Amino acid sequence: MSAATETHGHAGHGHDAHHDEGFIKKYLWSTDHKMIGFQYLFTGILMAVIGGFTVYAFRMQQAFPGTHIPGFGRVTATDYNALVTTHGSVMVFWVAMPVLIAALGNYLIPLMIGCDDMVFPRLNRLSYQIFLLSSVVLVASFFVEGGAFGGAWTSYPPLSAKAEYSLTGTGSSLWLTAVALEFAAFLMGGINFVTTVMNSRAPGMRMFDVPMVVWMIVIASILFMASVGPLVAGAIMLLFDQQLGTGFFDPAKGGDPILWQHLFWFFGHPEVYVVLLPAMGIVAEIITVFSRKKLFGYKTVLYTAIGTGVLSFFVWAHHQFVAGIDPRMANVFSVTTLLISIPVAEMIFVYIGTLYGGSVKLNTPMLWALSFIAEFLLGGVTGIFLGASGADVYFHDTYFVVAHFHYTFFPIAFIGAFAAITYWFPKMFGREMNDTWGKVHFWGTIIPFNGIFIPLFLLGARGDHRRIYDYRHFPDLMKAGMQDLRVFATVCLLVLLAFQVVFLVNLFYSLVRGKKASANPWNANTLEWAAPSPPPHGNFPEGLPNCYRGPYEYSHPDRAEDFWPQHVKGA
Amino acid sequence: MINKYVPSASTFAPDIDNLILLILAIVGFWFLLAEFVFFGLILKFKEEPGRKAQYVSGEKPEEKKWVSIPHYATLVFDVIIVVMAVKVWHTVKIEMPDAEKENVANVRIIAQQWAWTFVHPGLDGKLDTEDDIATVDELHVQEGQTYVFELTSRDVLHSFSVPVFRLKQDAIPGRIVKGWFKPTMTGQYDIQCTEICGIGHGIMPARILIESPEKHEAWMKATPPTRSAPIDFIATEQPLEDGKVGALNPATPDAALARNGLNNNGEDTP
Repeated sequence: MSAATETHGHAGHGHDAHHDEGFIKKYLWSTDHKMIGFQYLFTGILMAVIGGFTVYAFRMQQAFPGTHIPGFGRVTATDYNALVTTHGSVMVFWVAMPVLIAALGNYLIPLMIGCDDMVFPRLNRLSYQIFLLSSVVLVASFFVEGGAFGGAWTSYPPLSAKAEYSLTGTGSSLWLTAVALEFAAFLMGGINFVTTVMNSRAPGMRMFDVPMVVWMIVIASILFMASVGPLVAGAIMLLFDQQLGTGFFDPAKGGDPILWQHLFWFFGHPEVYVVLLPAMGIVAEIITVFSRKKLFGYKTVLYTAIGTGVLSFFVWAHHQFVAGIDPRMANVFSVTTLLISIPVAEMIFVYIGTLYGGSVKLNTPMLWALSFIAEFLLGGVTGIFLGASGADVYFHDTYFVVAHFHYTFFPIAFIGAFAAITYWFPKMFGREMNDTWGKVHFWGTIIPFNGIFIPLFLLGARGDHRRIYDYRHFPDLMKAGMQDLRVFATVCLLVLLAFQVVFLVNLFYSLVRGKKASANPWNANTLEWAAPSPPPHGNFPEGLPNCYRGPYEYSHPDRAEDFWPQHVKGA
Repeated sequence: MINKYVPSASTFAPDIDNLILLILAIVGFWFLLAEFVFFGLILKFKEEPGRKAQYVSGEKPEEKKWVSIPHYATLVFDVIIVVMAVKVWHTVKIEMPDAEKENVANVRIIAQQWAWTFVHPGLDGKLDTEDDIATVDELHVQEGQTYVFELTSRDVLHSFSVPVFRLKQDAIPGRIVKGWFKPTMTGQYDIQCTEICGIGHGIMPARILIESPEKHEAWMKATPPTRSAPIDFIATEQPLEDGKVGALNPATPDAALARNGLNNNGEDTP
């Protein structure tokens, strides 16, 4: 706590007090939760550019196999595997995780519960530094002999375990090291989030007064911490297999390759919910503000989120129906997998119900939040095809899975992040983003997004299997129209990527030139809007706020105004 | 629906197609209904000057029913889907054909980086006999004959996938996985490897040739018996001089690459 109180003391000196901090101290050694949040955010955006470039290269190869790809060159089979592997790992581990959990968790939690900083600010700083190191290790793996790891983001042994199989010995080990480091970083962040929310809430803030996004990040952190242990253990065993020649996953030495799949998916499936829940929280904050409505059943959302979290530990083997596990196990995991559709669907019902009787304002953050619901629904229902064991036999490892996954993950990682950035931008940087350009970016992203993945559903249903650099070796997959669908998806991707430039320009232009924002531009209730925009070191210069009511008291019949901030006393 | 694009050529393929159709009908209905309500509410409650939003907590029983009724409906439809899915799964993966009741032929499938070895039982219908026929990347089966396959891998994970059969099964080194299929129509179709298996993953196609009984017998008679390939993963772990994993047939990794016009780095060779 000492560092936090110390920085709190500084806050009284006002803005100028920070000018004498050197660049390194301010940007690499800061303990301010907001600065650490920004570090995670901008590292995440930078990694998203890498993730976007890789998908550009391999989708171009899919559509126009063997041609010279502008900005990349010829994509060989080796390159193709490295590109899909990098795309998957970067987008999940280095974009979704840092942006949704680490950046927003760090930035929002202390502000939304009304305290001055995280309870362990130095641990927080270390968390980011280790994360940065993990990103450097990952990027370094592109440049070693043999190139980047190409065994898919799931890294199944024996392919990932032996250099003679993968032909990327160093790349595999660096990839694994980067992943393990990254998990260590998020473990520290998770401990911080949970402890801070339990101990540092504003006076008067009961558990059911905590904003939903904070709850969601806390539940996600608990899920993450509970599930990551087996995977870190597995990663170290795999590293031993790679570097020391042990045989944990090598059948010739008494090991079992399927063991890795259990360890990976025991983490990997809760991981989906680790990133889903914060996105769901973001959507809850935004749709309540911009429909001027109380959340339809606060406790329902909270309990279903906890239920989803608990159930998510019992579904992992649905990734392994045809992997050689005892086929009778599939029956159990089919049941649990379909069960999890119930709490997730319930959250969606609640959000739809929240709109009822509201006053819906369709500005950029709201468009993102609403589109999350619209798009995620399709991702959710297509999961039923894969959770049903009998149907999964056909769809497993086809583009149907790819399309389903992206209909869940794109809304989570990108729609969720865009919603959050456009909504909290005035608070974060004290300036407003341009709403018109925001809408241009919105439509320029949503329309091509559907244009990419609907064709992939069709291709998957027609038998296109995953991670194939060139379909010319498969006559049945070169039938009339199939290549056209691949080209169409790629063209849509190019459009989508081009529109991200609009976002980046809007983001950086608004950072410098945007209209100055007031403390509470959206007339929102939660405590972060009680702080100045942007909040100084220590967050609340006029003293830490008290909390008098729940976060979603919009359009209360006893009040003339249609909002009732949590920190405002009395009626 | 799927068989419009991918022929359905095994006894259980129609079951899987019907299951997919059932799920599509159920989730399609709910998806459209949810989207309809969702967009309807957005349009109906768009902000208008002077109109204040309603104050609804969603915690009273008469409000809760709007969530709990769809909740129970989801549960009911989940149960229907699970029952149907497990039934189909049981047919495809759990219940093996009974050799006592019907004529069952055996076939051995060995995957490796990056080729498939298929060991056909020959005229006697039994494996590991003198008349076995081993082929690379070409599986000959007979229409209407029930097959039990034993599947393994020599090196990494692969997955034996025959889209026209709606069949998929991972091949695991050090383990033999059994499964079955019964072709119902003749023709030549793709066999895919659907588990990423290294740089040659994209060049691991094979073909399945489903033949009429007469043609199949003619093929067996015309093809000289080859040495049978026993399943023995330890033997294949002996590295060759170049450090790559050795193989029983000519399709070593390098040969597989070369055959498909790739060099050792996965680049196209002129």
